Amino acid sequence: MVEIASPIAPIRRSVSYDPVIIALLGLAALLCFAKPILPDFLIRVPEAWVPPLANWLDTFFEFIKGDLDTGRPGLIHLTRWFAEGPLAFLLGVTANLLEGKHRWPFFDPLPWSTVAAVAAVIGYYLGGWRLALLGGGTFVWTALVGQWKIAMQTLSVLAVAAPLAFLIGLTLGIMAWKWGWFERMIKPVLAILQTIPFFTYLLPAVIFFKVGPTAGAIATTIYAIPPMVLMTTLGLKKVAPEIIEAGKMSGCTRLQMLFRVFIPSARTEILVGVNQVIMLCLAMVVLTAFIGMPGLGGKLLAMMNSFKLGRSFEIGVTIVLVAITLDRMSKAWVVKLPVHHERGTPWHIRHKYLVMAVAAFVFFLLLSQFVDILDKVGRKQSLSMGREIDTVIKGALAIDAVKSVTETIRYVLNVWVLIPFRNALLWIPTPAFILVVVAFAWGFGGKRPALFATAFFTTVAFSGWWDRSVITLYSVISAVILSVMIGVPLGILASRSKTWATRILLVCDTAQTFPSFIYLLPAIMLFGVSDVTVVLSIVIFTTVPLTRYTIEGLRNVPAEMTEAADMSGATRRQKLLNVQLPMALPTMAVGFNQAIMFAFFMVIIAAFIGTQDLGQELQRTLAGTDLGKNFVLGMNVALMALTFDLTLMSWAGKKNKMLGLSAR
Amino acid sequence: MNFRANLLASTAALSMTATVGFAEDSSDPIVIPIHNWSSQIVMSNVVGQIFEEMGNNVEYVTTDSQAVYESVRLGDVTLELEVWEGAFGASFRAALEKGGLHDAGDHNAVTREDWWYPMWTKDACPGLPSWEALNECASVFATAETGGKGRYLDGPVDWLKHGKERVEALGMDFVVINAGSAAALWAEIGAAEADKTPVVVFNWTPNFAEAVWPGEFVEFPEWVDGCDKDPSVGPNPDALYDCGNPAQGYLKKAAWDGMKDKWPDAYATLTKVSFTNAQIAEMAKLVDVDELEPEEAAAEWLEANEDVWRGWLPSGS
Repeated sequence: MVEIASPIAPIRRSVSYDPVIIALLGLAALLCFAKPILPDFLIRVPEAWVPPLANWLDTFFEFIKGDLDTGRPGLIHLTRWFAEGPLAFLLGVTANLLEGKHRWPFFDPLPWSTVAAVAAVIGYYLGGWRLALLGGGTFVWTALVGQWKIAMQTLSVLAVAAPLAFLIGLTLGIMAWKWGWFERMIKPVLAILQTIPFFTYLLPAVIFFKVGPTAGAIATTIYAIPPMVLMTTLGLKKVAPEIIEAGKMSGCTRLQMLFRVFIPSARTEILVGVNQVIMLCLAMVVLTAFIGMPGLGGKLLAMMNSFKLGRSFEIGVTIVLVAITLDRMSKAWVVKLPVHHERGTPWHIRHKYLVMAVAAFVFFLLLSQFVDILDKVGRKQSLSMGREIDTVIKGALAIDAVKSVTETIRYVLNVWVLIPFRNALLWIPTPAFILVVVAFAWGFGGKRPALFATAFFTTVAFSGWWDRSVITLYSVISAVILSVMIGVPLGILASRSKTWATRILLVCDTAQTFPSFIYLLPAIMLFGVSDVTVVLSIVIFTTVPLTRYTIEGLRNVPAEMTEAADMSGATRRQKLLNVQLPMALPTMAVGFNQAIMFAFFMVIIAAFIGTQDLGQELQRTLAGTDLGKNFVLGMNVALMALTFDLTLMSWAGKKNKMLGLSAR
Repeated sequence: MNFRANLLASTAALSMTATVGFAEDSSDPIVIPIHNWSSQIVMSNVVGQIFEEMGNNVEYVTTDSQAVYESVRLGDVTLELEVWEGAFGASFRAALEKGGLHDAGDHNAVTREDWWYPMWTKDACPGLPSWEALNECASVFATAETGGKGRYLDGPVDWLKHGKERVEALGMDFVVINAGSAAALWAEIGAAEADKTPVVVFNWTPNFAEAVWPGEFVEFPEWVDGCDKDPSVGPNPDALYDCGNPAQGYLKKAAWDGMKDKWPDAYATLTKVSFTNAQIAEMAKLVDVDELEPEEAAAEWLEANEDVWRGWLPSGS
């Protein structure tokens, strides 16, 4: 740790004075100044030069898709068979059990009280009373506010999609660990999957897997696979050689090695993967409302479309509660070590919790036969306070002081900042824009990210959607800059005390699981349909990772460093600026990167407000069958996001190495 | 759940008397699509419950309101109960051309969609609903970003309402902003409600908003056929879209071609189904104002309006 002190100084200087950057930026500036005399093809790629990529893709998709009407062979026969056969069967079973849909095995729906009781027992098993309360409480709340059925619709899809994503992710992860070529092949695919906007998953899902729960389940599964693959590979690679040795010495076969040695040793990473699968599934399953998945998301959209702020807020609370419950439970499962019983322990002691769960289940099942309210809460019995919350929200938004503040913000930001900034970005000739991006990638990431930036942004330029891409980027950049101005100071303040850090992190968790499109309506009421609304609704989302990673980065600065600073008589300010922040910077860069990824995600949802960017076009494609266009639009978003991702991650990696911290 | 019991009882009674008449309908579920606005959801449930009473199996699936015509065409869903001329006419006609679905008759209702304002706007601009008067008060509708010009919030771009073209064709002093969703339109009206700020937005009828915010459509030069195709039609001889939208748009039902053979009785009923504007508004109100769940609202409506729908059932019941 001694050699850390010296590399801090070069951090600040490492970015500037690179001749390549000066050349790139100089050329860009030259292009801008010369704009009036530039030939048109240097300002924008002429339409004649744009390859009809969407049409080619359409032809290609059409070819591999096949046709149901004419019976032309193709993928769709397989996917439709899968959707209507096994998948519909699985979804039918869970839907029957949870919400009583008329499917095999034709049971009545489970009384809500039994589900709540079992959830409480599972919570107790995993994390004691607090989790029991959280697990049981979530389901009690859901039933009491009258959202049981829609919540069960959502969970019945989740119950199929999450295990499916887990199995596929685990298998791919094992394959990637086993064969280097497979890992090299799958890594870029995963990177694209993680950055491509979710609207791009939805349309193919509908076309190939039929509108409704099947398409929803497939889109959800695909969305959740990448982290599972990555975590599995990571976990398997980290298994200690001693353990492998021990396995070999006891004469394990290859399969035994995998299932008895490697997977149990990688348990922690795999379970972290499970946690991520569950969280991503839940996030996605709400968004599949856009392709007609019924459930919490669908109801939320319907409520928003009939302007019921209160009820949509309540649904939001349910989603947060379910998310936090699943998150905490799966995290508790990660930490929980398997319990080993002494030989000869009776069965019911070894399976104490299973017995408890069954007992609770049977008890409430019987009880609910006699007490109706434990079986089903009718709409008129529910404790929903939709109308009251409505009044409160509308009242709060209509307070004069609030209005005058928001009016000012709207005026200043829109007229003086955002609109000029947007026009400026749109004014820049395409090649100059690309040069600036490449200079940025070169300066921060180095040669490789710069090459990718060149390739990616050139592709975007030739996609025929340049202006919309620039507007997308404009919303993303504006939002990220604003959230740096909010999130970083907030993180610095919070990191000073442990209690505050915990509190702010809890707020972050909640904000992140709250379905993003609930923010949109109040935001529109405050700021109208305008750029400010779009940017601010992204900011709510992007501030979270910035705050979180600032806190983490600052709190993980080695104590020796801060003590050294104290001893040399640094003031609090000096300590912060010269020691803590530089040390925390690589971690903060990860947060910054996540903020950008979140922004690219959210900007697409902001199409709901009214934008002129890629998201708006993507949302349009959902209503049709334009697979090619849908794909091109999604690819543009992914390429831009990947450029930032590669650059910033490479920068963070370099800095970490320089500071002697281990890469995260 | 009393009404449900009633319904069940009457279903049982019905099916005993009518087994002979209805035996032809397939036992596969009739798939009814539901979208994201209340009247359509309730109407779908109403018709669904009528089918169930006839002894059919019914299933509801939530779909996009434009993409649904492709699904009807393929038979993934069986029918569509609200085909709006203005909003879905294009998608419907496109699917019609491809084949697989057909027009199953009109509702006794008119649909209209156009520039609209909540009643309080009239205080600030008394000359309304004429569009010339609206244009004269353009500055009343100005906001921070529009710089003196009036602001008109149009529907989402993909609804293709041609607000910009109309503003240009009629030389109006307005800036057209596109909302991203219906919800965004409501949020704007809702925000304006508190201080009674004058606003003019895109809206349509029948729709729940009428019950929540009374208002009127702006009267543009009357729609003439060809206004969207022939520049010479309408007051401006050199421009398209220089008229208002049709004030008497149709509201149709659409059915999958295979429905007739698979569920003949249900199909016969579907062709007879016809709701009026008032009935549609009532259905929306049960959900939007009285906060019933759609299936409960449907059951309630059926109970209260038995004389309306009994006649649609096949003879013999």
